[in-house]
Amino acid sequence: MRWGVVVFPGSNDDRDALRAAERVLGDEAVALWHKDRTLGGADCVVLPGGFSYGDYLRCGALAKFSPIMDAVARHAREGGLVLGICNGFQILCEAGLLPGALIANRSLSFVCDLVTVRVETTDTFFTHGCRTGEVLELPIKHGEGCYVADEGTLAALEHEQRVVFRYTDRAGRPTPEANPNGALRNIAGVCNAGRNVIGLMPHPEHAVERLTGSVDGLRLFRSAQSWVTRGVAAAPARSAPG
Amino acid sequence: MPGLLARVYITPKRGILDPQGKAVQSSLHALGFGEVQDVKVGKYIELRLEDAASATASARVREMCERLLANGVIEDFRVELAEERR
Repeated sequence: MRWGVVVFPGSNDDRDALRAAERVLGDEAVALWHKDRTLGGADCVVLPGGFSYGDYLRCGALAKFSPIMDAVARHAREGGLVLGICNGFQILCEAGLLPGALIANRSLSFVCDLVTVRVETTDTFFTHGCRTGEVLELPIKHGEGCYVADEGTLAALEHEQRVVFRYTDRAGRPTPEANPNGALRNIAGVCNAGRNVIGLMPHPEHAVERLTGSVDGLRLFRSAQSWVTRGVAAAPARSAPG
Repeated sequence: MPGLLARVYITPKRGILDPQGKAVQSSLHALGFGEVQDVKVGKYIELRLEDAASATASARVREMCERLLANGVIEDFRVELAEERR
């Protein structure tokens, strides 16, 4: 499959996303400049982590007006796959492609840690190779990762099973202690109504090789890969560790 | 020639977590200002506009707020317009 990774001024996880797609998955991956107006034929477009436009005004508030965002919105509307990681998640919320918003961590501190998240639904391109309730280990690094939305939106997200990832302890319990930023209902990632746009604060692209710790992110990227290349079926549930 | 000064006040929406406000409130309490019941920390933005009818300007600034300056999911905004001599 073909991945497109958008590079905004201030993006800094674009290289890792490209590397995960190209070197680890063995897929085609292209960097897309934020001033481009097309997506270079990408099946899945990734909005990577970083500090686009210096996080000026609000995280993601200026990036949503980059020329490429029209193409991203069109791709999303047509059912194409869109993945926003960290700052990419913030941009998708600002652009209205995902509901809610990400505000300052309740601690007011930047948090850099390895956390555990529970897969809440396997009915997405990014999680269909996992099991529901499975706990993944992924790194986080953000200052504004506290997911908020009004009660009606939260209820709808839960009802429609659009909470994709939730911060939990290793046993899969969504405790306050397992919540690194104060996100409402421990939400770490959500999808749109069409389930083709996903945003999450944790960084699966940093968790694809043993050398740097967890490889749980690889399972998510492989889900997307098999979703595109073999149709919906694919990736067997994990039985052995790794 | 007179221009217009728009003052835009952006505040966290009621009911939305405001960790900054909470932290400032507890610092004020620690300093002995126990009467402080609630703190909201927001943003103040000044815009200098070329001369225009203030009804038009008001609608334009509100649109700026809705499209960029504020995020309606988490923030409220208020606009004040004043004539300004330059």
